[in-house]
Amino acid sequence: MVEVKEQTDRSRVLSDGELASTVQQALEEARHFGATAAEASASAGAGLSVTARLGETETIEHHRDKDLSVTVYFGDRTGSATTSDLSRKAVRETVRAACTIARYTASDPCAGLADPKHMARDIPDLDLCRPWALTAEQAIDLALQCEDAARSVDPRIVNSEGATVSSHQGTDVYGNTHGFLGTVKATRHGVSCAVISQDDTGMQRDYWYTAARDSKDLEDVASIGRKAAARTLRRLGARKIRTQKADVVFEAPVASSLLSHFVNAARGGSLYRNASFLVGALGRMVFAPDVEIVERPHLAKCLGSAPFDDEGVATRDRTVVSGGRLEGYFLDSYAARKLGLETTGNAGGVHNLAIRTGGSSLPELLKKMDRGLLVTEMIGFGINIVTGDYSRGAAGFWVEHGEIQYPVEEITIAGNLGEMFRNLAEVADDVDSRSTLLTGSIWIPGMMIAGS
Amino acid sequence: MQTETLDQVRQSLLEPAGIGSNELDRTMSRMLNGGVDYADLYFQYGRHESWALEEGHVKNATRSIEQGVGARAISGEKTGFAYSDDLVVPALLEAASSARAIARQGGEGTAPVVWRKGVSLALYGDIDPLVTLADEDKVSLLERVERAARAMDSRVQQVMVSLAGSYEMVMVLRSDGLAAADVRPLVRMNVTVIVEQEGRREQGTAGGGGRTGYEFFVDQDRAFGYAREAVRQALVNLEARPAPAGAMPVVLGPGWPGILLHEAIGHGLEGDFNRKGTSAFANRLGERVASEHCTVVDDGTLSGRRGSLNIDDEGTPTQRTVLIENGILRGYLHDTLNARLMGHAPTGNGRRESYAHIPMPRMTNTYMLAGAQHPEEIIRSVKRGLYAVNFGGGQVDITSGKFVFSASEAYTIENGRIGAPVKGATLIGNGPDVLTRVSMVGNDMQLDPGVGTCGKDGQSVPVGVGQPTMLIDGLTVGGTEG
Repeated sequence: MVEVKEQTDRSRVLSDGELASTVQQALEEARHFGATAAEASASAGAGLSVTARLGETETIEHHRDKDLSVTVYFGDRTGSATTSDLSRKAVRETVRAACTIARYTASDPCAGLADPKHMARDIPDLDLCRPWALTAEQAIDLALQCEDAARSVDPRIVNSEGATVSSHQGTDVYGNTHGFLGTVKATRHGVSCAVISQDDTGMQRDYWYTAARDSKDLEDVASIGRKAAARTLRRLGARKIRTQKADVVFEAPVASSLLSHFVNAARGGSLYRNASFLVGALGRMVFAPDVEIVERPHLAKCLGSAPFDDEGVATRDRTVVSGGRLEGYFLDSYAARKLGLETTGNAGGVHNLAIRTGGSSLPELLKKMDRGLLVTEMIGFGINIVTGDYSRGAAGFWVEHGEIQYPVEEITIAGNLGEMFRNLAEVADDVDSRSTLLTGSIWIPGMMIAGS
Repeated sequence: MQTETLDQVRQSLLEPAGIGSNELDRTMSRMLNGGVDYADLYFQYGRHESWALEEGHVKNATRSIEQGVGARAISGEKTGFAYSDDLVVPALLEAASSARAIARQGGEGTAPVVWRKGVSLALYGDIDPLVTLADEDKVSLLERVERAARAMDSRVQQVMVSLAGSYEMVMVLRSDGLAAADVRPLVRMNVTVIVEQEGRREQGTAGGGGRTGYEFFVDQDRAFGYAREAVRQALVNLEARPAPAGAMPVVLGPGWPGILLHEAIGHGLEGDFNRKGTSAFANRLGERVASEHCTVVDDGTLSGRRGSLNIDDEGTPTQRTVLIENGILRGYLHDTLNARLMGHAPTGNGRRESYAHIPMPRMTNTYMLAGAQHPEEIIRSVKRGLYAVNFGGGQVDITSGKFVFSASEAYTIENGRIGAPVKGATLIGNGPDVLTRVSMVGNDMQLDPGVGTCGKDGQSVPVGVGQPTMLIDGLTVGGTEG
């Protein structure tokens, strides 16, 4: 155990008031340079991240970041600039740089701030900021406990990539020349552990983690360690399977990637560029008939919650997919104007997208599938949003008679996202709350598995 | 060259911040108090810009400025790290104090470090690429490339062109007295087109860049070459049929398909994973890991290349490191920490994304040397298989050794002839044995056009890859046709 001096002034970052006045200064400078409209966002944050490996401290990292980004409009011409130096002089130079760029950009009738009528008026307190008075010494203690729990599970846990404990607190301020100024303070804490198992078949690695706004909501560190070990051990002896068509269940932690591909295909930037297989899909069936997907931006303490988006637009609960039919895209105000629609409050991303579960546990879902592949890890980027073509490396477990038989690796799974969504059979209730895309395990019938 | 660079960087980075040799001495001796074996400071200033065109117009562009200092203290295998984006003396001292808290305290003051100037290469000029072309000419170049791409085929529906440049100054000060600096230009251009025919949409993308100015894209007609290549790929994809599924012989084209090497073996040979024993290649130096046709190097000393560096981010000059020689594993890629702990020499591969990140062993330009065979001869030798010439990204699990990389342009091979184009598919294999199945290596070694970015532990750095045409006797192809 190393002696570590307590980091006393981790909170000595810019105050909310200082960030807000930085934003105000940027907007005033923009007006001064002749901009007809402007928006600015400033953020500051500080954090601690420690890793323990093989029973010893490995790294202690102190983070402290700040930045400002400014976008100016001269009529319908746009320019942007960012800086990590928030001194008055640097802010002025950054705004000047943005204004210079706007001299060279083309006029674009869709450019500009979001419509004032969409600005968030009452900003709800979503309970996103729960600071954790964690010293480096305490963090190391937790990391050591976590890793020790993992390494104590089984002698076949022979090595470790370590356990990491992290805590971060930050403030984001966004303002624009409609007079909107909003501040969001948020925290994020986490514990993760990755260990390595070995037997005469080779080495395997796997991990587990917990993440939350409030340290009280984190899963117990020993439990994280034990799960990391169990997941690593169960992969030992993995083999290739033969090339075949089969059903696939995506375990919840990887199933959220399917929702992320959906978001990518249904977001404004992909749609107005005609770069998506969901171009023109609004109002059409894009999922199986019983699929319901909603966005819930105001869930207290959730990792994806936000009272307003990156343009100050109020976020609100909405239905995105109902009865399998696409009811809404993910739009910022620029893409909305391009498509002749209204912004959906998704500038900067989605906020707690949730797919309705069918009420079965994962084991019950595997029973229903009877025979196929349970995918627990995927690697690679073989996703083509333009066509929906999908092909990724996978590892997981072969399922026969509804039961896991043996671990599988070095295979690919392939299909087309459009067909996969329309064929989606069921979502289990093992929702992974660590993601901003909330889903349980997803069963997709009839995918192509390539192996030996 | 290095002396001038060091003075130049000191003047533009440290002097305006009021950081002189007294302040540096104070900071370093604060970090070395008690129990710290090694410490370094990394000062960085960067200016970046990007210009993007879509629907015929440059609608927005952005400029950014970033600066800061990272302080690192190492005690045994333990690392303490802190950084500041304020370049002022109090922030510097505070970062130093936070970093050295990794070590047991005690012991007062060490003798001041005697600075010596490090050795550096001269692989690129100390130019600021952002001013190598007037802003109106950047806009005009993007517009001309867009018009050219549209004129190439009536099926072209969308053209997106981007141009990005960055100028970075870095300075490394180490507790062993080494002082080194580097000025790093980097430019990148990319063209993506979407074509449409009878309701079917496909895309193609091409680009390039290097450590140079924007004239790189005007020279040799490169910018318009990217447009031609993007349109060609997109039109090929319009004709593509579903890809086959299963294990088969795969011929990889020259150049960018070298990401196979980056994923399958490069990451697994990084010093940190091997010191910790978490790599499938750990403790295998001197063993056969590839067929005798394979010699693979990592070379940071190629002039002007995207993955090249005069010095790495710990001040060590880059070098050409032989990783695999005629199939035998010869070396790992090292930063100073892992080299010291393994008793090896550093190889100039200590890299970091920025001052706010801890250095790690990373690749530079990783490629396979040319073999003897004519590429056509290699294709002719395959009865039924896949010919893959363009790729998207890849990824590897370094512990199990399983890696993937995704083809974006591929063809079937039937009876030694290139057949129909097939849709993109992921290829999967096992790093420690995939190169043992390389049975033919072409005489057409090529480096990639300068497009690679490698991610590891959340840190991105520019890299290069390359290879000649090669035949792998069995690789699993993740298509949809059984």
